[in-house]
Amino acid sequence: MTYISQILFFISLLAVIYFFTKRITRIRKNIQLGKPEDRSDNPSERFKIMAMVALGQKKMFDKPLVAFMHLVIYLGFLIINIEILEIVFDGLLGTHRLFAPFLGTFYPILIGIFEFLAVGVLVTCIIFLVRRNILKLKRFQAYELTKWPRTDANIILITEILLMLAFLTWNASDSVLQQRGVGHYANVNAGPFLFSQFLMPLFEGWSDTALIAYERFAWWFHILGVFAFSVYVTYSKHLHIFLAFPNTYFSKLAPKGKFQNMPVVTNEVKMMLGLPAEPAIETAPETPQPETPAEIGRFGAKDINDLTWKHLMDAYSCTECGRCTEACPANITGKKLSPRKIMMDTRDRVEEVGRSLEKGGPGIEDGKSLIDTYISREELLACTTCNACVQACPVNINPLDIIIELRRYMAMEDAKVPGSWGAMFSNIENNMAPWKFSPSDRFNWADKLKETPVNGNKE
Amino acid sequence: MSDTYKVPTMAEMMAEGKEPEILFWVGCAGSFDDRYKAVTIAFVKILNTVGINFAVLGPEESCTGDPARRAGNDFLFQMQAISNIQVLNGYNIKKIVTACPHCFNTIKNEYPELGGRYEVIHHSTFLQQLINEGRVKVKGGGEFKGKRITFHDSCYLGRANKIYEAPREVLAALDADLVEMKRSRAHGLCCGAGGSQMFKEAEPGKKEVNIERTEEALATGASVIASACPFCMTMLSDGVKNKEKEAQVKVYDIAELIAKSQGL
Repeated sequence: MTYISQILFFISLLAVIYFFTKRITRIRKNIQLGKPEDRSDNPSERFKIMAMVALGQKKMFDKPLVAFMHLVIYLGFLIINIEILEIVFDGLLGTHRLFAPFLGTFYPILIGIFEFLAVGVLVTCIIFLVRRNILKLKRFQAYELTKWPRTDANIILITEILLMLAFLTWNASDSVLQQRGVGHYANVNAGPFLFSQFLMPLFEGWSDTALIAYERFAWWFHILGVFAFSVYVTYSKHLHIFLAFPNTYFSKLAPKGKFQNMPVVTNEVKMMLGLPAEPAIETAPETPQPETPAEIGRFGAKDINDLTWKHLMDAYSCTECGRCTEACPANITGKKLSPRKIMMDTRDRVEEVGRSLEKGGPGIEDGKSLIDTYISREELLACTTCNACVQACPVNINPLDIIIELRRYMAMEDAKVPGSWGAMFSNIENNMAPWKFSPSDRFNWADKLKETPVNGNKE
Repeated sequence: MSDTYKVPTMAEMMAEGKEPEILFWVGCAGSFDDRYKAVTIAFVKILNTVGINFAVLGPEESCTGDPARRAGNDFLFQMQAISNIQVLNGYNIKKIVTACPHCFNTIKNEYPELGGRYEVIHHSTFLQQLINEGRVKVKGGGEFKGKRITFHDSCYLGRANKIYEAPREVLAALDADLVEMKRSRAHGLCCGAGGSQMFKEAEPGKKEVNIERTEEALATGASVIASACPFCMTMLSDGVKNKEKEAQVKVYDIAELIAKSQGL
């Protein structure tokens, strides 16, 4: 009998490893659809950012109360997973609470800590569900957060609640069996535990058989739930629990105001101005330029393969919390732009292309594109580049970077910008200022000042 | 007759074989915008009074290219940037001060890759240094002593370059009652003009960004909204006008506040 359950357990473990690895490989490939970009510089600074922002959750604490609740779930996740280790060993070896004899009196303390966190996770998840579904927090009611994204969030919270309930009731039923000295349960003397002891009265009227059945059910439900959840996470917004770490490690280190340079453009501009370009070409200004300079690629981004891998990793790291959108001046004032939607659209498009490629489909060449099919130009034009979204993101996602790449496509490939921007461009070109003033009047402001006596006070 | 204010250009300096300690990059708004010209003049008066050896480019100055880059036109940006760098390098410029956070950000962060490496200082930091060194003294607090002032963070000064304290320290010298808006420093709300929004109509929405921000500024009860950016200045002044508060609430640049409190 135990062999059957051991075999079943082994098969489930292999299955979860298989599906998890397969999915991670797919996500890796999807992220690699982006253009290369070197972010391997300054490892010590990067480790520091990762330690502060991902491990230490520094940016979460802009909202201290939510940060505390999130911390409970985060610690619960990290620490309760130690218990998973014992459960996996028990499952494979057909043992029951394998670690108990080795840890002695420390074992109930350890389980007590797990239970403490489990109750914390349970309560917090209920509060989070209430915030989303009953209090209807504005952050979670946006137009991009309907249907699947909303269901996804609820599935995650409900699953966590069920897993914690299973864990606690498993401990309770197990403790009753231990006290009654039923079968092999008599050999383990670990319970009762910190919190589950209060659930024991629920089981006291049960027959031994019913209790054993429940204890096994709760054990299997919990571990299979954990397995299923770990695969589910890779398809959901919840992937931030892993990606927060690499994503913060590869954060942009330059000041937020610095936009990524386009070296391709630099070369062209230098050639136009008759300056030596990189690589240095000794050409006179009047030398005709080659028809098409060897494969320069697209200016800006039309689709996800024009973005860099970091933009795509950003998209997979987004957990749709909406702090970016909440801080966005365009969104606050009712414009269509939502930085969170930019990230969700980017991920949806990468997923679509990835799925197509997996099936041998057309991939990126399916007639769709990130701009227009997913993100409208109206959204892109509404951005003030204020960096509030970048500042707000708890895992250092940069929606602005993507917006700018798409704007570059609009302005340089498509040459479709609002008329007043076109006028501003030509003013800069012709008058050296974004407004239509004569360049020779630029210094007029000083005329009167130069005649004003220093000690004569006010003009 | 006493001396008049001096505004030497680089060309004049070079002709006389002199080299200024610092170049004052005026910027397009500082040169052409009627309201911001007053800021330029206020800053030049301070430079004159303190005796800073400075120069301007005058007619040789040109747009940094910031609005073009933020609007996605990197060709135009780089044309401007590389031409400007040629002029700046031609004059062997080492240090630049500017009263525009957009020019500041562009020259400081985006010119180096294109061959323009200078020490770039925003006028808020520059004024702060002058105050700390005791070279600018506000006698008896000046006319803003005890007045309620709120400072609006420019995105390109604040979040973009993490300069939050310098303008506040400049304001502290006025001995005024400095109050913060609900959203300030790293969480400050944009005025609505960045990212080239200055040069087009806003997209459809339920409100203008500058109105949202102005409401927040007015809620502090301040009689002066201090800014340190030409675009913020325009947006907030428009916002105050929209709210019909221009008689009670004034929008000033920090340089103007210092100049005014010194009777310049």
